[in-house]
Amino acid sequence: MRPQALLAAALLGMALPVLAGEIAPSGRRSGYDFMSADSKAMQDDDTANPAMLSVLEGETLWTTKAGAADKSCSDCHGAVDVSMKGVAARYPAFSAASAAPVDLGQRVNLCRRQHQEADPFAPESRELLALTALIAKQSRGMPITAGGDPRLASSVARGRELFVQRQGQLNLACANCHDDNWDKHLAGSAITQGQPTGYPIYRLEWQGMGSLQRRLRGCMTGIRAQAFDFDAPDMIALELYLMSRAHGMTMDAPAVRP
Amino acid sequence: MPAALVNVPPKARRGAVIEIKTLMSHVMEPGYRHTAAGEVVPRDIITSFTCRFNGAEIFRADLFPAIAANPFLSFFTTASESGKFEFEWIGDNGFVATASAAITVE
Ligand code: HEC
Ligand code: HEC
Repeated sequence: MRPQALLAAALLGMALPVLAGEIAPSGRRSGYDFMSADSKAMQDDDTANPAMLSVLEGETLWTTKAGAADKSCSDCHGAVDVSMKGVAARYPAFSAASAAPVDLGQRVNLCRRQHQEADPFAPESRELLALTALIAKQSRGMPITAGGDPRLASSVARGRELFVQRQGQLNLACANCHDDNWDKHLAGSAITQGQPTGYPIYRLEWQGMGSLQRRLRGCMTGIRAQAFDFDAPDMIALELYLMSRAHGMTMDAPAVRP
Repeated sequence: MPAALVNVPPKARRGAVIEIKTLMSHVMEPGYRHTAAGEVVPRDIITSFTCRFNGAEIFRADLFPAIAANPFLSFFTTASESGKFEFEWIGDNGFVATASAAITVE
């Protein structure tokens, strides 16, 4: 379809109620499936995927002592490929200390604060992206399991509410694009199902790394809504809903996306 | 040292054509952008890449502002003998980075 027709198709959703036809497990597709052959090749080759540069930085940080406790991540967690295997696939997870769900970046910062006695990393900082990329890589090829914990139920429900809630000047819900029109295009880009399998990602448009939160803020700005603040409870709820919606899908982090 | 990834086959048959791939972390700030306050963001790019094999230059590239961040360069060469590839990236603000990789040719 031509971009104009596709935009019209997406905007047509404005007049209709949210259908939010949930995607059946067998129909779930990663953003990877929608990419060009060139972008797929870039992601598949660890010496061509620029996200691996961030992973390399993460490996250095993993063994660097920091904070008043003068401890490195590896001092407590040992080898990252053992201790962090499958961890990213079950985040956001419930944190007893915070009495709330935390995403992987927040979990790393909990260790910064409580266990290293150091200042937390800023959202989207090089360091936080590097450490989360390193940890996420240890879940590559594993199925997403986040959201099963009963203590998360209310947050998953809140995330779903936000996902189907129309917002912004364009008055569109996430579901209008990612559940109802995922097989179409918007101004040349595949809309995709909005699956969170690859985060943090190296996005070609950004020429850099970014978290799922940054990606979601992009979609909110795109529909001219007020983007949630980084780490706001609603942001975490939305991340959590996306992960539970992707239950069983294979992690392909750190991924490349257009 | 900034992060670099080089991909050289560890082994090759004599005379085989091999692909060498390199990825270097760098912002490649073109020097044409402005901050929200209107100030020019100064140029900060890699200007040159060189690959030597056993000391002899076998590949060189000049880089320019239009090249995306984290430049990925790949090229082909013929495996003639065992030895060492040395890679060097040079850029603005005194940027210098190196990497190396060995190959066994049989
Ligand atoms: C107008 C349609 C539209 C709406 C509404 C929208 N998005 Fe998106 N979204 C897109 C497009 C298009 C892309 C892909 C952009 C690209 O990669 O070039 C995308 C990408 C994504 C991705 C990245 C998927 C991947 O493979 O990495 C996620 C996650 C996502 N959106 C979630 C959301 C959420 C959550 C909302 C609601 C807050 C939302 N989107 C609202 C169009 C939309
Ligand atoms: C002093 C020991 C210590 C240090 C240093 C430390 N952690 Fe932790 N980490 C823990 C403990 C203990 C837990 C279990 C949860 C808790 O009690 O806080 C944990 C939990 C985690 C988890 C969640 C694991 C899961 O299975 O859910 C991640 C991810 C993590 N740490 C990452 C890091 C990173 C990255 C660093 C370095 C920046 C780091 N940790 C430094 C002790 C430490």
